[in-house]
Amino acid sequence: MSKDEHLNESIISQEAKAFLAKENRSNHMEYMPDMEVLDSDLLDRVVADMESYDYDSYTAQDVRRALQHSRKTPEDFRALLSPAALPFLEEIAQQAKVEKEKHFGNSICLFTPIYIANYCENFCIYCGFNRYNHIRRAQLTYEEIDKEMAAIAQSGLQEILILTGESRQKSTVEYIGEACKIARKYFRIIGLEVYPMNSEDYAYLHQCGADYVTVFQETYHADKYETLHLAGHKRIFPYRFYAQERALKGGMRGVGFAALLGLDDFRKDALATGMHAYYLQKKYPQAEIAFSCPRLRPIINNDKINPMDVHEAQLLQVVCAYRLFMPFASITVSTRECARVRDNLVKIAATKISAGVSTAIGEHCTEAKDKGDAQFEISDTRTVDDVYQSLLNHDLQPVMAEYIYV
Amino acid sequence: MTWKLGKHEFKSRFILGSGKYSLNLIKAAVENAQADIITLALRRVNDGGMANILDYIPEHITLLPNTSGARNADEAVRIARLSRELCHSDLVKIEIMRDSKYLLPDNQETIKATEILAKEGFTVLPYMYPDLNVARDLTNVGAAAIMPLGAPIGTNKGLCTKEFIQILIDEIELPIIVDAGIGRPSQACEAMEMGAAAIMANTAIATAGDIPAMAEAFRLAIEAGHLACKAKLGRIQDKGSASSPLTGYLRD
Repeated sequence: MSKDEHLNESIISQEAKAFLAKENRSNHMEYMPDMEVLDSDLLDRVVADMESYDYDSYTAQDVRRALQHSRKTPEDFRALLSPAALPFLEEIAQQAKVEKEKHFGNSICLFTPIYIANYCENFCIYCGFNRYNHIRRAQLTYEEIDKEMAAIAQSGLQEILILTGESRQKSTVEYIGEACKIARKYFRIIGLEVYPMNSEDYAYLHQCGADYVTVFQETYHADKYETLHLAGHKRIFPYRFYAQERALKGGMRGVGFAALLGLDDFRKDALATGMHAYYLQKKYPQAEIAFSCPRLRPIINNDKINPMDVHEAQLLQVVCAYRLFMPFASITVSTRECARVRDNLVKIAATKISAGVSTAIGEHCTEAKDKGDAQFEISDTRTVDDVYQSLLNHDLQPVMAEYIYV
Repeated sequence: MTWKLGKHEFKSRFILGSGKYSLNLIKAAVENAQADIITLALRRVNDGGMANILDYIPEHITLLPNTSGARNADEAVRIARLSRELCHSDLVKIEIMRDSKYLLPDNQETIKATEILAKEGFTVLPYMYPDLNVARDLTNVGAAAIMPLGAPIGTNKGLCTKEFIQILIDEIELPIIVDAGIGRPSQACEAMEMGAAAIMANTAIATAGDIPAMAEAFRLAIEAGHLACKAKLGRIQDKGSASSPLTGYLRD
């Protein structure tokens, strides 16, 4: 496990250690019954791109050449993600800003996530919701969802992202569908960040009002993925990978991609994330493409031994590379980042920011308050008004709704 | 001199696009560019909510709702009907994109949507890729103007499709409004000299260093180009006149 050294040991519980010690863990590449299998070569192409990506082979000249191209090729994307591009970060950021403004002007979209449940069948060793983690589990009733959403809508937000944790048994497709229908009363745009499902399920949820599906692949390195996702549906790597394509087949307007940078080699994961989106957009040209850029924070006092850690400069490099490679894509910055980093990222390359965030269950109104524990701690705790004002102060235009559900 | 879109009459030949907006931009478009028409993406209208684009637009301005976000004729028609309710206007600009990368309009779907909406009494302004056959079809199904793109939207690349826009201007009776791609006042001027009825721009002004000054520059350029077109441009020759004309023998 040489590459695993930069994972914080403290996140690996006794249960995880016991799982990891097992000789015969289930095959993470094999679909479970009822999982829809698409006839597609997308995964092979993305994996081939990732495996052949030798980022140390890129030079300053490759980076300069990439910067000269008005439309970046996949080869340019590789150069921009390489260590050779770091010394050009200022120039890259300048160009990213120009591209962002070409496509989005000074508009920045605001949204907030709502966690309606935190039950999870998966065992992802880095996640607070994992099934062995002893936290308070909860699921909002429809009445509570309604109250929570009404409270959120009071803040002026028009876009909501519904999250459930990944338990199909507890948070059924029907349950999520009802949540979407309630959300339609208060919001213009509904996104989903729930467990991957079949295209017919996505079609149903689209009918219920959802337009966007985000699925984090976490890492595109299948062997590493296997050691991090020890049980549950999420363990099935290819089923997760094809979630966005199934969502588009189900009629969703847009799909979101992300690797949790820092789980594995972040340059390769960022490359794979970009290529995943690139091939899918070629196949479904009408699809709206979105990236999220979560990272595992580097462990303090551990910088030197972990050259693959994602520090702020590397995070900016990845965000700018996404922006330059796919200038039309929406890029979201996580509330895991602090206000300073988020404010600067939306100035340079990102186009979407959450506000008034709680990752716990039922925290937006007093009645349902504090039912279940949070998935992770957020760094930017600003309210909608604070974020709104901060954007205006930076000469950015907050936008509450950028799409219309038809 | 006024000009008409269906039954609507306008003085200014500058239309502010809606892609990028801010209070400053709209103020500059109204005061410095003297726009009469501002387009409005219905997807951005949020009834009474925060950051509602409608709050930024003065009352005397004509709103031109567009159907951006529509991926086919059916979605465009539904958005147009919603816009008629929300904006109390029969004007609608059809934008149908089936491509999130270049945002190029889908001409076939645009013809379908134009036909349906024109029949329902809308004043329909279709945004299109400049193709003469499509422009004729749009005319036949009841469009009130044709809006060809100069270059991919947001690129500021100018009149990349110049030859084809000229063909539309020469052949189509409806007003031709050049939309998308115009990056400089000189390009707006050129399009007006060619005979365009109006210019739509957004990014060029939104991303200028001095928004009010650029808005004014666009106004002046559009007026100059329009005046030049009416004045009939002087001859431009790329070779000298033959001293002994080929047809001189007819007079011998």
